[in-house]
Amino acid sequence: MSGLLRRRDAVKALLEKRAGVLVVAGLGSTAWDCTAAGDSPLTFPLWGAMGNAAMIGLGLALAQPSRRVLVITGDGEMLMGLGALATIGVQKPGNLAVVVIDNERYGETGMQATHTAHGVDLAKVALGCGFGSAMQVREPEELAALCTAVHAGQGPLLAQVKVAAEKLPLVLPPREGGLLKTRFRRALLGERADLD
Amino acid sequence: MKDWAVAVHENFKTLGVRVVGYVPDAGHKKLIELCQTDATLRSVVLSTEEEGIGLLAGAWLGGARGALLMQSSGVGNCINALGMVRECRFPLLMLVTMRGEFGEFNPWQVPMGQATPVVLAAMGVVVHQAATAEEVAPAVNAASQLAYGSYQAVAVLISQGVIGIKSFQEQSDQ
Repeated sequence: MSGLLRRRDAVKALLEKRAGVLVVAGLGSTAWDCTAAGDSPLTFPLWGAMGNAAMIGLGLALAQPSRRVLVITGDGEMLMGLGALATIGVQKPGNLAVVVIDNERYGETGMQATHTAHGVDLAKVALGCGFGSAMQVREPEELAALCTAVHAGQGPLLAQVKVAAEKLPLVLPPREGGLLKTRFRRALLGERADLD
Repeated sequence: MKDWAVAVHENFKTLGVRVVGYVPDAGHKKLIELCQTDATLRSVVLSTEEEGIGLLAGAWLGGARGALLMQSSGVGNCINALGMVRECRFPLLMLVTMRGEFGEFNPWQVPMGQATPVVLAAMGVVVHQAATAEEVAPAVNAASQLAYGSYQAVAVLISQGVIGIKSFQEQSDQ
């Protein structure tokens, strides 16, 4: 069953005080949610590579240990790359948080039920993989604690945020991969990005 | 002659590689061990090879160079993720030890081994072949320059003849 939370409220709460946080947005609705909360060059929205958002976050977290890295992705996207949770659990990056916006649906393809609709508990999977902390979030009152855990807590953290299954207006980030990569690197690394 | 794994590890140091992702293969055993004992590298064991594509894409977004080690069977696991590499023009350095290619004894390895250079090329990955041990280090040097000098995705295919596995017993003894 879907929760009472609305996905864009949750993502907005996570991003409105993002400061220097580096964000990877999983393809589909979570990329649109992040864009609706305000596009940023320090957000890398995916338009493909389904199942790889958390691993991109891991690579980024290892390369930038002094920055916080936040992966915001969907339940279907996370389910496609569950092995990444084991890989992250081995590396234990203290600066990485993975937030799964879980509507229990494949939202881009006709709202078919995902495994989480049948009870698969991603927070328990993450704990079993060695994440230091994992939580399920269902109520609006829990968002403040989620934001604190993501922005100030010790990683790796996985939060499974149960949200209503709803179709929302598309708010699209730029599509071109080369542009998204270059703007991210320039914003993070400065002029060195173009000379490396 | 210097062991090719030692020469490749030295190349990683020269290149400034900071992250090495791998799915173990007997042919990569020594190189993996060299990377694991090198405190300047982060060695990341992957549960499937496609994770390595994301790992190195994220590392590059963060300003770090990487390399990816796998067996030819793992190339098939990477194909969709390579679409991101091409669309975003991420540099990528892959070292692939071949099976199903030169004196293979396991028929199940042959289809993916034979398809490996074909599917890599289909996804826009430049393929360098190293048929002998002497060819590995120069091929990796050239591939690393192409990857990080010219922002290409490059795979070095290290022949099964270099690895020298011709039986199940030899594989388990590696």
